[in-house]
Amino acid sequence: MRNLVILGAGTGGTVMANHLRRRLPKQEWAITIVDRNDEHYYQPGFLFIPFGFLRRKNIVKPKSKFIPKGVDFLVAEADRIVPGENRVFLKDGRILPYDILIVATGAEIVPAETPGMLDGWRDTIFDFYTPDGAEALGAKLKTFPGGTLVVHVNETPIKCPVAPLEFAFFCDDCLRRHGKRDKVEIVFVTPLSAAFTKPVASKVLGNLLEKKNIRMVTDFNAERIDAAGRKIVCYDGREVPYDLLVTIPTNMGSELIERSGMGDEFRFLPTDPKTLRSKKYANVFALGDATDVPASKAGSVVHFQSEILTENILRAIDGRELEPAFDGHANCFVEMGKGKAVLIDFNYETEPLPGRFPFPFIGPMPLLKPSRLNHWGKLAFRWMYWHLLLRGRKIPFVPARMKMTGKKRPDAASGGSK
Amino acid sequence: MAKKVLGNATVDVDAEGFLTDFSQWTRAVAAAIAAEEGIAELGPVHWKVIEFMQKEFKENGQVPSVRRLNKSGVVTTKELYEMFPGGPAKKAAKIAGLKKPEGCV
Repeated sequence: MRNLVILGAGTGGTVMANHLRRRLPKQEWAITIVDRNDEHYYQPGFLFIPFGFLRRKNIVKPKSKFIPKGVDFLVAEADRIVPGENRVFLKDGRILPYDILIVATGAEIVPAETPGMLDGWRDTIFDFYTPDGAEALGAKLKTFPGGTLVVHVNETPIKCPVAPLEFAFFCDDCLRRHGKRDKVEIVFVTPLSAAFTKPVASKVLGNLLEKKNIRMVTDFNAERIDAAGRKIVCYDGREVPYDLLVTIPTNMGSELIERSGMGDEFRFLPTDPKTLRSKKYANVFALGDATDVPASKAGSVVHFQSEILTENILRAIDGRELEPAFDGHANCFVEMGKGKAVLIDFNYETEPLPGRFPFPFIGPMPLLKPSRLNHWGKLAFRWMYWHLLLRGRKIPFVPARMKMTGKKRPDAASGGSK
Repeated sequence: MAKKVLGNATVDVDAEGFLTDFSQWTRAVAAAIAAEEGIAELGPVHWKVIEFMQKEFKENGQVPSVRRLNKSGVVTTKELYEMFPGGPAKKAAKIAGLKKPEGCV
């Protein structure tokens, strides 16, 4: 009997357990999945909580519900991986030997990385990347009398790189609906040079910020936060004052990866961007937010990776060469407020472009353009997440590898790498 | 893709001015890019950063982050901002002839 161990029962770990239990014979392979707790949050839902569009109970289900029969689910904390011995040591003393290990331990916010951030934590400084944070922020927004609201990205990469923009758009929309927009100045502070990393989408999203009267401060890397003086201080000396700071703190991988001596400077696991195998250990694989691959840290990416990783693990078991098939495909709905959303579809090589999705000309969804249909698409996605994605089923018409059909490259942006 | 004259060399650059062919990189090209970015002279610590970034890129295929540079002991983040005012990772990568750092993608 051989052992396949999955660390983390979030999106990536759960999907892999579902894929692999169907593909690996039960009499030959035992599959064990380990997680610290049994609560699975639909993370795209965090964004909606501060505005009262969703509540915590609407976005959480037991992890165990999505683990297939024939897979052992252990609620336990892993202390360390010892890759030289092919063993995982749990904090409760149990030891899990493995033939193949899948690292799906995700990423988390680490506010302690920025001096001063914790001084004002959940007083004037809030996050919405955790359920507790999103709820606390919701309570704060209800009583916020007005002033300067700063939406701040501390350092890249972050999970769901568009979420901070969506948050700013929702703030604008909510304040307008309540007739209080003139009482609040919204400022968007980013370490990037624009609203997004890629030129065409940056232009579209940057124009939207301007249209909504949201001031953007770019190339801003916070050296520290002066919580008493209520300002963020940049390494170059610039300061941005705030009355309410909604920050996306530095995102890092699990401490487990650091304890195991396997991580980079962000505790992410160095991973081959195309095969999804560890760069160092032939029987260790990784997907999702836990890796250092230069793709978005987003659920759609994990979904696409899972199909490719499943094939590559089967190849590794058979002693065949891995297929370098992962292209960095991501597909994200960006909420804009007023019941509209923008859809972006991109990969390592091709930036988000305008066009139609999933079919050329007929769509029905427009790319990189606000539409009501995209907003409904985002809402429908929650159902697909629980019923299709986590169970390792295909999302209709959306293949793992990105397609160019239906996309149009504007002339002004054709100087890119392709 | 566009051609660009830097000093007495002609190089291929992308829309944002990053070299697309590292074999065209020379120290003179680096100095010319630096001048365009408002850095009048590349000192010994600049070169240490540039060489470290090139070595990392060769080994890992990725442009190192500011955090990586800070952790490596080559230079502190504060110094990096003083030496490459504005966006240090981006500017240093450009001068080193590497691609734009991937950041959050």
